[in-house]
Amino acid sequence: MTAGPTHHEADVLIIGGGLAGCWAAITAAQGGARVIVAEKGHCGTSGVAAAGGPGHWWVPPDPGRREEAIARRMATAQGLGDAAWMARIIDRTCRTLPTIASHYRYVPDDDGRIRHHALRGPEYLRALRQKAQAAGAILLDHSPALELLRHADGSIAGARGVSRQGTGGDWVVRAGATILATGGCGFRSHLLGGMNNTGDGLLMAVEAGAVLSGMELSAFFTVVPAGTTMARTMIYSFARYHDAQGRPLDRPPGPHDNAFLAQALAHGPVLCDLSATPEDIRRQLPQISPNVTLAFRRLGIDPFRDRFPIALVGEGTIRGVGGVRVAGPDAGAGVEGLFVAGDVASREPVTGAISGGGAVNAAWALSSGCIAAEAALERVRRHGRRADTPAERTGRAGLHSGRGTEDATAIERAVQAEILSPVKQYFRTEATLATARDRLDAAWAALPHTAGPPTPQARTRRRELAALTATARWCTAGALARRTSLGLHQRADTIAATTPPTSILTGGLDRIWTDSAPAGGPA
Amino acid sequence: MIELLLPARCTGCNACVTACPRDVFDPVPDGPPRIARQADCQTCFLCELYCQEDALYVHPYADHARPQDAGAIEASGLLGAYRRDSGWDEWAEDETLRNQHWRMEDVFRRARGA
Ligand SMILES: Cc1cc2nc3c(=O)[nH]c(=O)nc-3n(C[C@H](O)[C@H](O)[C@H](O)COP(=O)(O)OP(=O)(O)OC[C@H]3O[C@@H](n4cnc5c(N)ncnc54)[C@H](O)[C@@H]3O)c2cc1C
Ligand code: SF4
Ligand code: SF4
Repeated sequence: MTAGPTHHEADVLIIGGGLAGCWAAITAAQGGARVIVAEKGHCGTSGVAAAGGPGHWWVPPDPGRREEAIARRMATAQGLGDAAWMARIIDRTCRTLPTIASHYRYVPDDDGRIRHHALRGPEYLRALRQKAQAAGAILLDHSPALELLRHADGSIAGARGVSRQGTGGDWVVRAGATILATGGCGFRSHLLGGMNNTGDGLLMAVEAGAVLSGMELSAFFTVVPAGTTMARTMIYSFARYHDAQGRPLDRPPGPHDNAFLAQALAHGPVLCDLSATPEDIRRQLPQISPNVTLAFRRLGIDPFRDRFPIALVGEGTIRGVGGVRVAGPDAGAGVEGLFVAGDVASREPVTGAISGGGAVNAAWALSSGCIAAEAALERVRRHGRRADTPAERTGRAGLHSGRGTEDATAIERAVQAEILSPVKQYFRTEATLATARDRLDAAWAALPHTAGPPTPQARTRRRELAALTATARWCTAGALARRTSLGLHQRADTIAATTPPTSILTGGLDRIWTDSAPAGGPA
Repeated sequence: MIELLLPARCTGCNACVTACPRDVFDPVPDGPPRIARQADCQTCFLCELYCQEDALYVHPYADHARPQDAGAIEASGLLGAYRRDSGWDEWAEDETLRNQHWRMEDVFRRARGA
């Protein structure tokens, strides 16, 4: 890289152009700001919503209905929820989501009604891209951010990254406010649409001084046809499962829906039987979830007649819960000039201890994106862009500070062997977690220094490896710190105990720390 | 994983180069793009939606490459199925291919027996 970085200036920089980042971009650009979105992949196809079909938490403002929905969610949140945040995202989603009709073609249901909350992923993300561009946002595609920039007073000044396409140099965006919207961390499992979500935003935030929360709420695995990425859940609501001898597997009631499958898969193949699916739904499937049908057809499987092998794919913090602790009602990250939106943030205030996949997460991504954008605008109004104030780079791990020489693939495999093992994650014990901690610490210490040529792709990969290794360490530290079972964190070595609702905080890089704080916290 | 880019169908529009979220393709002057980083493919199938010539074929297995026979795939009728079932582009006005995603919550409800 001989030429210097390409410089850009913006009021608001958004890192990540998935569901949350797009809504943030639309809101900030409509508010009159100069907005830049730096997206690792392509804004419009990237992120876990793009290949899925996100339903949003949707409760119309009829008398009593929202209060009732919030009360129900608070009960399942097991002490970690925050009713005020829930009310805020329900309201924001209902007001904002229908505006996507400018670029998304809603199809009426059999009664002629529009169901605003249910959108097919590829069309939704394409519409969000177009809407963001129509509002004037500037999209930098194939431009992963590698690190945040910081003023001498500690406030965030923008970010620096690389361009994967075109001339392929470095870029710098100086901005008055920065929103992290990099999604959750799936640890490069084969989760549908999840490969770009390697926890980069968590690492950038911690390096900049932010604190994480709820990282122990990260044991989440989804059924897929074995070997595939197709983590779409709807059709499996009709599933029955059998072992290789054809014996039916019982699903005992419990906090982890798929724990019985993890146990069975540890002993041999598990076969899925979808023959209980009603005829009409079989016919409708290609127009409900076209990619589900597609995968079966290409594998030569008739899913309604043939029993087919399944696997469990890890989702980490994606349909888990943890992330950057939201420091206030403005979606601030607890660091001046930095805001968080979507899965990079801890969703404890709105999901509590259980997964928000299926409705709450998408409503949170949309709402936190809009709220962060408004707070960012407000900050720029007060402080300006400060684009000429000197700023330092904050990135370390995988950029400058690697010490080891070990092969990157081996490190990634070692991390995945802990964090993507359904049995280890569903049945956590003090002993298994301590072993995982030691192995992950060793992986961290061995992060490669200068493996491979310094192409934009190679530099991104190195940073991703650091981020996903760090994220696995934070999840494990959180799981060790919470000694009793709660929601997505189940300890096989302790009985469930009623504990006061506390959140587990974690952070640190070379030395990981944990702490606890009253649930709901400053938000 | 992405397995095929069929040069005979490809117009070299480079839509796949841009749309692929994993930066798998490299543009080639005056020709079809190259599958340059197959191992980076995340098996999301989205490139197929953006290829109006149905020149791309993604195999559902994600863990490693499974080389496919171009002739057999051409003959199979599988090319372009995702774009058609999704009702994109020239299929947009076909009533039978209308987006029925809104049914999803009803399906879940029926499965629960509600
Ligand atoms: C299969 C599946 C189905 C789901 N269904 C539902 C549902 O029905 N209802 C529901 O509520 N939720 C659902 N979810 C969850 C929902 O999709 C997420 O909560 C939502 O997409 C989060 O939005 P996000 O923008 O935070 O993350 P994403 O949509 O994942 O976007 C993150 C973006 O950040 C980019 N990025 C990452 N690192 C960098 C970097 N260093 N620099 C620049 N860009 C970067 C990524 O490329 C990506 O585009 C589902 C999830 C999955 C996996
Ligand atoms: S999108 Fe299709 S037609 Fe266009 S370059 Fe790619 S393969 Fe060729
Ligand atoms: S399947 Fe997805 S990741 Fe693979 S080449 Fe196509 S768009 Fe890219």
